[in-house]
Order: sequence, then structure tokens, then C-alpha cells
Amino acid sequence: MVLKIDKTDAPMEARGILTQFGSNIIHEDLNFRLTRGEIVGLVGGSGTGKSVLMNTLLGLKEPEGGVIRYFGYNRHELTSEQRFELNTQIGVLFQGGALFSSLTVRENIMVPLREHTDLPVKLMRELADMKIHMVGLPPQAATLYPSDLSGGMKKRAGLARSLALDPEILFLDEPTAGLDPVGANAFDELILGLREAMDLTVLLITHDLDTLYTTCDKVAVLVDKHIAIVDTLPKVIAYDHPWVQEYFGGPRSRAALSAGKT
Amino acid sequence: MSSNSNSRPPEYELTQSGRVVTFRAKGPWTLRDIGAIDEDLTEKLDAMDYDTVQYDVADVSELDTAGAYMFARAVRMGAGQCHEWDVIAGSAGQRTLVQAAADAVMGRPPDPTRQWYDSLTNMGRASERFFLESIDTIAFIGQFFVVLFKMLLRPRTIRWKSVVALTEEIGLNAAPIVMTLCFFIGAVIAYLGANLLSTFGASVFMVDLVGVSVLRELAPIITAILIAGRSDSAFTAQIGAMKMRQEIDAMTVIGLDTFEVLVVPRALACLISLPILTFLGMMSGIFAGMLIAWLGGLDISPILFFARLNEVVELKQFWIGMAKTPFFAIIIALIGCRQGLAVTGSVDSLGARTTTSVVQAIFAVIAVDAVFALFFFQMGI
Repeated sequence: MVLKIDKTDAPMEARGILTQFGSNIIHEDLNFRLTRGEIVGLVGGSGTGKSVLMNTLLGLKEPEGGVIRYFGYNRHELTSEQRFELNTQIGVLFQGGALFSSLTVRENIMVPLREHTDLPVKLMRELADMKIHMVGLPPQAATLYPSDLSGGMKKRAGLARSLALDPEILFLDEPTAGLDPVGANAFDELILGLREAMDLTVLLITHDLDTLYTTCDKVAVLVDKHIAIVDTLPKVIAYDHPWVQEYFGGPRSRAALSAGKT
Repeated sequence: MSSNSNSRPPEYELTQSGRVVTFRAKGPWTLRDIGAIDEDLTEKLDAMDYDTVQYDVADVSELDTAGAYMFARAVRMGAGQCHEWDVIAGSAGQRTLVQAAADAVMGRPPDPTRQWYDSLTNMGRASERFFLESIDTIAFIGQFFVVLFKMLLRPRTIRWKSVVALTEEIGLNAAPIVMTLCFFIGAVIAYLGANLLSTFGASVFMVDLVGVSVLRELAPIITAILIAGRSDSAFTAQIGAMKMRQEIDAMTVIGLDTFEVLVVPRALACLISLPILTFLGMMSGIFAGMLIAWLGGLDISPILFFARLNEVVELKQFWIGMAKTPFFAIIIALIGCRQGLAVTGSVDSLGARTTTSVVQAIFAVIAVDAVFALFFFQMGI
């Protein structure tokens, strides 16, 4: 059965998620919902399980309880073909880039294209080159191997690969960490541009306060094993929780906020 | 981006007035749709001569970066030079996409080209690499001995903890497999000898055959080859993975000598393990020979077997076998560590280096054994 994707449905919805490693509970009764076309920034202290949550949402880790729905479909109940189909709608940028080290950057970006489309190879190559340019890599980077790239370049190449299929939902794990401020700003603008054109839904795990202020429509706070609040930034800042107050009340946050306002 | 099969192909219309081409597009222009029109559009654009493109994308129902790229390609194609483009109709989002794609078209990397002399270049590179590799290996061995002697002068600097742990892994854990293998080899030699020699009515000579071959050659070389395969791959993979994760760099910066921390303990562990393993292998091989002699239809009792063994096989044979083991140990440890340290960032290089390491080690063990055989023969031992 072909998966019919109704774009008006919520792209992703998680209900009552329970994740634990042994007796160590990471998330308990976690509810989270993405609305189409929104860029949501996920913040939380180190070790609160932001990356674990992303892996759970992606299906890399089965939760011990709860349901995850994509476009109204319970991921767990889909056949493997349908899941394959669903995966074309999801792009992921892992923390370290997770590039295939035996392939060049261009070939890395062509992997999803080869797997999911039947375009002529020449066109695939050109599309890959375009993605390379879009994420701000120099054209020569196309023929380099990941081991020849710097940390920031790897991240960009990883982003290019996650955008290869023009997905509906984009998961970004610390995308601007390791980029210089100029590159980080360009990246923020790129995400905004893509969202505008394609109604991208983006979940962004980040510690970069500038990105939170300039890019994100909403901010989700992962604290006390669940998502405490998902709302616009001013409301989150006003939220009464010691960790949230500390996070947004710090000097770095105030600097970013005043920079964002001017 | 809706599911593929049922969607109509994208439509377009190219109209030229003067040097300006108007590109009017309709329907879905996404990754799934553009494959159908790629060739056609390329041909049409190539045939035209223009220097400005105007895009009218107001009627495009769906657009993604791949679709935008198809528009933007018009800037690069065409017979003349085209440097100007403009989106005359379309939403802000569509504009952003076409803008991004058009920018990308401008900075395309040059296609890699192959030259007729590439194979010569490769040959030259390979020769150069072989030469450099030889120098590096010799330098590596030299550096190892310098560090080893420095450490032997100050035994406190030797990391005994890791030497013991590695000895357990290389020696103790390999003992069962070494003994089993030598048992089989001893049994095979005993059977072969018994069969051949019984035709001359001299089957008791099989004791000589088993004794000499197992002590002098088979046990040392089987053990060395086994450890070369078993531990060399482990050395290369461990050190290679550390190299890939910059652990080696971290060690250097902190002031740890990689030779002291990684290479010397492995070499010492091999130096301790290999003679013991070889001894175990010898015992197991002789034992197998004895069993075959006793139960294999020759009726040579264990008492007779050992009496004969004592009489004809000199202790010298045992020492010849044992004398080779330290050399094998050093070869195995150094090749494994050297290949591990030569790993670069990619997974491919880790795989290639591990293969090289095992092949080189087994090759070197057999080659050195041949040199020893020649040496002992010439010396009349």
C-alpha cells in the first residue's frame, strides 16, 4: 500500500513517551507535537536526553511506552515499505555530520537520491552540487572525502545530505555548533528561506541562543523528563521554572536577546 | 512532494523576444517530477541564444530545490553567455528558492578529467610509496629499539599493567586454539609418516619425524601465523581506531610517547606470550603424535615412543624452535602497531591497513623462518 501523505495533518506527534535505560528513566509521559511550517527549537540541559529524544522520534530507538505519529500514521504500525516511503519525508543532520567516510561529499549527497529516485546520474550530480553550494561549501568540496574536511564543513556537508530529498520534516541536532558566526547566520537564513518556500517543519536541537532568537518560531523546553512548555520565546522566558530562568536569564542569553532586537 | 506516481509531469513554455527568454512554468516541479523533462528541457535551452532569463513561476503548484534548480539551469545553458535573470512572477518563497538555486549554478566545480598518462602517474606513485614505506618501516623498527632500550634501563617506566592485560589477551586466550591446531598438525604428520614409513617396514621412524618437524618447524610457525592473524588485526584495529578518534593526537599533546604507551607493551606481551604458546603447541603436537602411534594401528606404546624420542631427537631441536619465537614476536607486534599508526581518517584506510598488517605479518613470519632454516643449515645445526 502506498503511503498517502496528507500534509494538513500534524507532521509529527508524540504522546506519552517513556524511554529508559535499565532502571534509569530518561523521559516519562512526554508529549510533543510539531505544527506544519514551524521551526521549533528544543533546549534542555546537558544529559537531559535531547539526542535520545531525537533518536526515539526517528525510530532508531524504540520507546518503552507511548505512540509516535507522522502525518497521522503510527510509525510502529507501518509496513517496512511504508516506513521507507515515510523516511523520504524526513531529513536528519546528526551531531558529527555522520557522513559516509568512504564516499566523497558529492557521492554522500547522492546516496539518498540514488536510493529514492530514478533521475539520470548527471542530473543527480548537478543537484548534489547545488546542495553543496546551498549550504555554503566551496565547489571544490564536492570531490573531497569527509576526512579532508574541517568540523564545520562536515556539518554543512551533512546538512546538504539531509536536504537531498527536500524532506517535509527536518531534524537538526546542534546544527550551528562548530560553525563560525557568519556561517551560523547564513545557515539560519537558509533554514528560514527553505521553510518559507517549502513549508518545512524543523525540529532544531540547539544551544545556540542566537539561532533560538532569530530562527525559531517556538521553543520547547525538555526539563524534568518531559517537555514542560512549547511556546513562543517571550512566553518561554516568562515560564516559571528555575532551570528555564537560569538558562534564559544568563548573560549570554541577554546579549543574544539584545542583539536580536536591534 | 506528494506521492509520486499519480502526479502530472511539469509543464513549461519558453518564449524568446530579442535577447530575453521568458520561462513560464506550470504544475509540480519537484524532485519526483523533473526526471521526465530533464533531457527535453536541456536540449531546448541549448539550442537557444539569449543573455537574460525571466522566470514566471506563479502557476507552479509545488516547488522544491530540485525544481528550482531546473529553472536556474537556464542561466548556464544556451548558446551565448547569460548572466542575468529575474523572477517576474511568483511568491516570495519561490523567489528565494530560485535565487538560491541560481547562485549555486554560478559556482559549479570543474568536472574531473582523466588523462592518458594517469596509469603512468599511478605507477610512479606506487613506486614512490613503496620506497617511502620501506624507509618508514626501518625508521619505525629503529625508533622501537631506541625506546625499548631506554625503558629497559629504567624498568619503572614500563607499563606493566597493560603488558599483563595484553599478555592475557594475546597469550592466555589464544592457548586453546594454538594447542588444538598443533594437535591436528601433529596428528596429520604422524599419520603421513606412519603410512609412508610402514612401506619400508620402518614405521618406528615416525617418532623421529614427528619429533623433529613439530619441535623445529611446525609448532613455532603455526603459532606465529595464528598470532599474526589473531592479534595483528586487533593491534591495527585498536590503534587505528584511536588514531581516527584523535586519541593518539591527544596522547602526544599530553606528553605521552605513543611508543611507550602502545607499541612497547604490545611487543613485550608478544615476547612473553609467543614462547609459551609455542611450547604449549609443541607439547600438544607431540602428544598427538604419541596418540596416533599408540592407537593408530602402529602399536608403539607411549613408553616406547618417549624412549625413542629421547634417543633420537636431541634437545637442540627444541631450542632451535624456541630461538625463533622472539623474532616472530617482534615482527608481529611491530607490523601490527605500525600499520595501526598509519591509519588516516577514513574507514577505508582502517580496513586496508588491517588487511595489509595481517598479510605483511604472515609473509614476514614465513620469510624469516626460511632465512633461519638456511642459516641453521649452513651452520650445520
